[in-house]
Amino acid sequence: MDFILEGIKQAIMLLVEGNPEIVHIMFLSLRVSGIATLISLIIGLPVGTFLALAEFPSKKLWISMINTGMALPPVAVGLFVSIMLWRSGPLGNLRLMYTPSAIIIAQTIIAAPVVTGLTLTALQQLNPRLKLQLYGLGASRIQMILTLWREARLPLLATVIAGFGSVISEVGASMMVGGNLRYHTRVLTTAIVLETSKGQFAIAIALSLILLLLAYTVNLWLTWLQQRNSQK
Amino acid sequence: MDNLIEIHNLTISRGKKSLLQIEHFSVCKGETMCLIGPNGAGKSTLLMAIAQLIKTDSAEIRIDGQKIDPKNVFSFRRRIAMVMQEPLLMDMTVFANVALPLRYRAWSKDRIEQQANTWLEKLGVLALRDRQARNLSGGEAQRVNLARAFAINPDLLLLDEPFSSLDAPTRAHLLEDLHDLLANTSVTTIFVTHELNEALLLGDRVAVLMDGRLRQIGSPQEVFNTPADAEVASFVGVETVIPGKVLTCQNGIVTIQANGFQLEAVGQAQPGRQVFFCLRPEDIILLQKSDILATASSARNLVAGKITKITPLGALTRVSIDCGFTMVALITRSSAQQMNLHIGAPISAMFKATAIHVIER
Repeated sequence: MDFILEGIKQAIMLLVEGNPEIVHIMFLSLRVSGIATLISLIIGLPVGTFLALAEFPSKKLWISMINTGMALPPVAVGLFVSIMLWRSGPLGNLRLMYTPSAIIIAQTIIAAPVVTGLTLTALQQLNPRLKLQLYGLGASRIQMILTLWREARLPLLATVIAGFGSVISEVGASMMVGGNLRYHTRVLTTAIVLETSKGQFAIAIALSLILLLLAYTVNLWLTWLQQRNSQK
Repeated sequence: MDNLIEIHNLTISRGKKSLLQIEHFSVCKGETMCLIGPNGAGKSTLLMAIAQLIKTDSAEIRIDGQKIDPKNVFSFRRRIAMVMQEPLLMDMTVFANVALPLRYRAWSKDRIEQQANTWLEKLGVLALRDRQARNLSGGEAQRVNLARAFAINPDLLLLDEPFSSLDAPTRAHLLEDLHDLLANTSVTTIFVTHELNEALLLGDRVAVLMDGRLRQIGSPQEVFNTPADAEVASFVGVETVIPGKVLTCQNGIVTIQANGFQLEAVGQAQPGRQVFFCLRPEDIILLQKSDILATASSARNLVAGKITKITPLGALTRVSIDCGFTMVALITRSSAQQMNLHIGAPISAMFKATAIHVIER
């Protein structure tokens, strides 16, 4: 049991000392997952909104595909992105394999369906006549959508929380497309896997605590934003 | 008077079912048109179609004589304001809700402030300005909803049963306020309702919609006194609606002057006010020798006229009488036979003060 306490102690030391490798891993994790979440929002918000508001024949098919996408296994995504970015793959000439960009691509594929699906749900929970009411008050299409987003801001913030949570904690895809290269593509989750496989439980626990702390801090901020809005 | 909105050949169907089939419908500038009909008649659908909020199979809709292009309805929608059954306020303050459509129109901050406050005050909810809309009662929310619509200064106001979910006292107050607002603003309005009293109070004209078709359009008196067909008559129920003027009101008895007759009704109304008095056909008693029987009765009202129409309705007979205005009485077939009623025969109609329903105009 000593190694657990040792791990916690070491984590605190690593944080306090500001170990350059840990700091690099931490900021890379934040940067990669932050960018992936942002791109997922740019894709997912409009697509989810379109699916929620538009009426077209294959709508149910698309919604079921998005719902399936919400449960995509990260390793399957990792495999798909690896094949695409592999030197001999269709996008091999971009030379993105084993780069942070490759991890961002994989994480975006994981988070985008989550953001899309939850955006769709958030907007479908609003009164369906609200859209007509806003048009009936002279709103343009963009004004109508922005007003609906504002109206659904609490579940939409939950969407951001879920999107970020799904990528900051995934390991399979990051490992496969990033390669866990030191000072290059090593993020918190892949570093934990490496240290555990080396038997360095103390460092693995330390990294896990940092990961938890990081996820908690970001989610705390988003939750604060969400609840502040709900109390207004 | 010029028409503000004109509709020609509007049809809407879902699958094989025809929801609406309107050959012609128009509303004059400054007019309040009440659209009445039973549930499922297509009233809200017609309103949505006018607002260009639902697809039509075919329709030619004109505003100020200009045909609306279904592919470019934005500029038309900027000229209308829609109020739905539910208030559908946004999750923001009362003021922000009223300001919202004005912000859509990129009004200046000062102008929005002034306009929103003006209309909140007119609707009696200025004190609630900074309250969250979700904390309002049903009546308060509908007042804010109306303020939001009026604040736009629309050319055309579309009201879809705005009072249907309110309790009776709240509805009565709001109806009175809306009546005054419509009179003061002269905004062209289409008001959907299935409450006949609301149509009588607010409507310059009334249109009856049944099974997706317009069955009758006319003044409230025309529609309520001379229904176009049996279905419309059955829907409007009250068959005698006469305009009059209140002479006195004492001890709960209102004396009304109508076409040379002085009638007494139970109720409250201010002397000098223009009113309608409404009579259901079954509340009228017909007399051939009025001078003898009237004195032996407790009924306070007696009017003389001539029979203009006799319509047998199975066990009952509908008798139309011209007394300077048209009254409709419903008597049993055996009574009609015993009295030997015929068209042109002089007849008197007697009815109690409690049978008259007085509605302010």
